[in-house]
Amino acid sequence: MSQFLLSLLSGIFIGGAAGFLGSLMLPKRMSLVAGPLGHLALPGIALALIYGFDISLGAFPLVILGIVLIWLFERRTKLPAEALTAVVFATGVAIAFFFLPIEQAEAALVGDISSIQINDAVFSIALCVLVFFVVEIIYSKMTLINISEDLAKSQKINVGKYNLVYLLLIALIVALGVKVVGGLLTAAIVAIPAVTSRNLAKSLAQYKFLALSFGILSSAIGIFLSKLTLLPAGPLIIVSSAFLFVLSMIFKR
Amino acid sequence: MRVKDLNVKFDGEDVIIDLSFNVDEGEVLAILGPNGAGKTTLLKALLGIVPYEGVVEWREGVKVGYVPQRLPFIKDVPLSVKEFFQLEKVSESETKEILRSIGLGEEFLGKKIGDLSSGQFQRILIGWALASDPNVLLFDEPLAGIDIGGQESVYNLLERLKEEKNLTILFVTHELSIVYRLADRVLCLNKKMLCSGAPKEKLTPEAISNLYASPVKFYQHKHEEGELS
Repeated sequence: MSQFLLSLLSGIFIGGAAGFLGSLMLPKRMSLVAGPLGHLALPGIALALIYGFDISLGAFPLVILGIVLIWLFERRTKLPAEALTAVVFATGVAIAFFFLPIEQAEAALVGDISSIQINDAVFSIALCVLVFFVVEIIYSKMTLINISEDLAKSQKINVGKYNLVYLLLIALIVALGVKVVGGLLTAAIVAIPAVTSRNLAKSLAQYKFLALSFGILSSAIGIFLSKLTLLPAGPLIIVSSAFLFVLSMIFKR
Repeated sequence: MRVKDLNVKFDGEDVIIDLSFNVDEGEVLAILGPNGAGKTTLLKALLGIVPYEGVVEWREGVKVGYVPQRLPFIKDVPLSVKEFFQLEKVSESETKEILRSIGLGEEFLGKKIGDLSSGQFQRILIGWALASDPNVLLFDEPLAGIDIGGQESVYNLLERLKEEKNLTILFVTHELSIVYRLADRVLCLNKKMLCSGAPKEKLTPEAISNLYASPVKFYQHKHEEGELS
């Protein structure tokens, strides 16, 4: 299989899964959480680049750490969550710059899907399929929890359990997303397809489907453009996604 | 249903103190009190979704439906009426039947929740709570934030439900008019129970001024969009 096809497939699956999960994060006002988590992952990404292992593996433990920190911070202090995200993301970027090799900075910051290896690709696609199905399974209950935790609890839904699964899915998507768009741009791959979809959708079914579709479409366009222009794919994916968002503003009802 | 020595605290602050009362089958109980009196908290304690001390005992096999005060976040999700019912796995034909019973036509199935009027949305919430076929309905401020026309439709619906389904209804409110109109019994609450009995007997001017004049912490009287309570 050609390298281009391999990166295109990986990008499409990661973009689609991120857009789909992002549609659950938008109503909970959690879209931006993916940003600080991606930033925090940078030291792990840097280590992965130095020692030559999969950058998602490097990112994952730090993303989990970030989620635990946010969770603890919200429970233990009365400070708003943004305050922590500022602390967390700046620290992540700062630490990464101590040892991130400058020639690999671009891959770490904005991603590099173009050189993905077959093993990484298969592993990533499998995880994306897993994320997709788990999101589909929890979608109704999570939507109810997003609308009102009290109403969900009154229906005997175990809100804590669903939130835990949901946070783990976010961790997985951020760890996968850094491959495609690097540590700096992860918020965009979950947030933009969802808001674009929100502009156009008239029902929940449409909203889910369009968020998935825009995630896939922007990855595909970005990776094709990268092939043509030789510019990095990550930023091109985000710019394509933003362009689709602007289009959706024009067609909005 | 029996409640005995119920106490609820948030961050060490007493919200409900030593509350005891019973509710009989088919009864409509109004819980009246100023804002901040612990009314919503009482409903949540009865539902078991906030921690409490004391005893809350339901008769065996009782199914409880809950109609929350308002759902400010629901407009963040593009949700049709049909899909709102599907979240709880209610089929389309059941949803149609529920819509009929709350006085809304089939054309509402495809409407977006965000496009409904306040009165229509309140009736949808009641219908949603009825979907699990409960014997008891817990109702938070049935008329708050609803325009006059909508209020009448909600009144009529509740009166009809009471007659047709023999539902036991507990509702909390700070408005006297709905208490007189719907309730068999009233319980005045301001952290503690201040009166209990038939509305016409117990809601004397003294009892009302006593209920509303007692100092309430965090007194708020807003009904704005997006208020969380």
